[in-house]
Amino acid sequence: MADPKDENPTPTPLDRQVAENLGVSADDPHTSPANPENRISLERQAADAENAEQILRNVPENIVGVKPRADREPRRKVTRRVGKKVVEVQSTGHSWDGIEEYDNPLPRWWLWTFYVTIAWALAYALAFPAVPLLKGTTQGFLGTTPRDEVAREIQRFDEANAPIETRLAAVDLTEIQGDPDLLNYANNAGAAVFRTYCAQCHGSGAGGNPGYPSLLDNDWLWGGSIEDIHLTVMHGIRSPDDGDTRYSEMPRFGVDGLLEDQQIDEVTQFVLSLSGQPHDQAAAEAGAVVFEEQCIACHAEDGTGDRMQGAPDLTDAVWLYNVNGQADEATIRRIIHDGPFGVMPAWAGRLSESHIRAVATYVHGLGGGE
Amino acid sequence: MALLDHHKIIEKNATLLLVFSFLVVTIGGIVQIAPLFYLENTIEKVEGMRPYTPLELTGRDIYVREGCYTCHSQMIRPMRDEVERYGHYSLAAESMYDHPFQWGSKRTGPDLARVGGRYSDEWHIDHLVNPQSVVPESIMPGYGFLLNRPIDAKYIEDRLVADRRVGVPYSDEMLAEARADFVAQADPDADGSDLEERYPGAQQRNFDRQPGVTEMDALIAYLQVLGTMVDFSTFQPDQHR
Repeated sequence: MADPKDENPTPTPLDRQVAENLGVSADDPHTSPANPENRISLERQAADAENAEQILRNVPENIVGVKPRADREPRRKVTRRVGKKVVEVQSTGHSWDGIEEYDNPLPRWWLWTFYVTIAWALAYALAFPAVPLLKGTTQGFLGTTPRDEVAREIQRFDEANAPIETRLAAVDLTEIQGDPDLLNYANNAGAAVFRTYCAQCHGSGAGGNPGYPSLLDNDWLWGGSIEDIHLTVMHGIRSPDDGDTRYSEMPRFGVDGLLEDQQIDEVTQFVLSLSGQPHDQAAAEAGAVVFEEQCIACHAEDGTGDRMQGAPDLTDAVWLYNVNGQADEATIRRIIHDGPFGVMPAWAGRLSESHIRAVATYVHGLGGGE
Repeated sequence: MALLDHHKIIEKNATLLLVFSFLVVTIGGIVQIAPLFYLENTIEKVEGMRPYTPLELTGRDIYVREGCYTCHSQMIRPMRDEVERYGHYSLAAESMYDHPFQWGSKRTGPDLARVGGRYSDEWHIDHLVNPQSVVPESIMPGYGFLLNRPIDAKYIEDRLVADRRVGVPYSDEMLAEARADFVAQADPDADGSDLEERYPGAQQRNFDRQPGVTEMDALIAYLQVLGTMVDFSTFQPDQHR
């Protein structure tokens, strides 16, 4: 196929004129304006030529050592409004390469904002502790500090809540339920405490996380009465620094070599059978023997667990170490092998008695309270 | 406007402008910084502050290395909402052994100034390995690799020396026993009486629940001590600081 650049349509008189202006040949197929292939390059050449001419025409008379020419008239009058008057904007006298700087004032809204910030800074420095001197800082005529303010604010709320908080901390735990005022206060305060301190483990909706029990159901590890929950919150579970903490430890049957691998497999099958999940019948029967020897002291003969020792019920569908709510074979095996156990901090030192009671009441009221 | 006319001289002379700018910044710096060295009420007297144990200090270095400060501050401001959520507002004394301090300037995650003792070690392991497993709405990345990185504290003594040079009161004995203390703190079966004597209140246990000392041990040891040193039962804040 022939190169389209080599085809040259016969140039019209206009083409010849254009070619002559640009100084190219109309007969050469590579430069002829008649050939559409050349249009872009020719347009470029034309633009370049035009630019070059303009640049040559516009060179300032004295590029080097040019001085600001304040006396020179602006090329066109620049005006601005002052109220209803229209005034001419003067040049500052600064000029670079013929470009002049006009003496426009700053926008007034901006300028006044600027002045206000300066005034604010001065007033602030006088009102609050600010300027360091040789001995301490200036105290400020307001005589207050952020520490002062936060202490006052907390005190204000403490005082406002004091009557009901005192009552909440003093009444018998079981009476909170029957007192609408107390119950309402405890539920609201308890919800706030829960979101601040408990949600990180038990979930913001108290639904629990793998290894951290759900507080919404009635399947309790250590008991679900208000007294039980209160004690758990106070002293925690296996909390390292609390002598009264709830304590139990599941043996690490695999890690410490208490059971053979095969025995762990068998007892895993038996645990699966307890909750009616698919399992290997033969292995489960063998596992039942192991279970009876090793596990019933805590999980009870029928596998329903023991709240005195925080041993979970293995016969239901609620699993502490769950995977999407289920306990699969691998997880159960891992638990028997590694014997993990959760730790809940004791809150007695961190939360006030009334707040501990509030959060206990809140958790008790979530659905599973006994 | 004679002064402004003089100002024109500075505007037209770059070197002079530089010199005067430097002068202005110097004055500002002196006014802000110098008083901190002589004012007695800058750092309040508190009971309980002690230098970090070697293991905590290592954890702190990991905290800095992983850039935790880019999302977590360690500075509870004196405001009611912060005090209610995080605990007592931070005191200057609580950062006096921090080099550099970890106050931070941005809270993508919560403040950690008093995170110590608030969660269990297990929670910290779960949360560092996969934050979403315990806090589904979290956007924190996982740091599970810390569990697989054993540390031997080869240079821990030098590390303590570095802090001592900038004013942390590590004694000669602390330096000499740095490695022993490092290992003992992560080993629940070790005799911790020396550690307790040198660093009162140091928590001694197997923080990462697996054998050996890993970076996870160190980081959790650090997190569990944060904000727990000052004894607030004996502290009366001076309201005029």
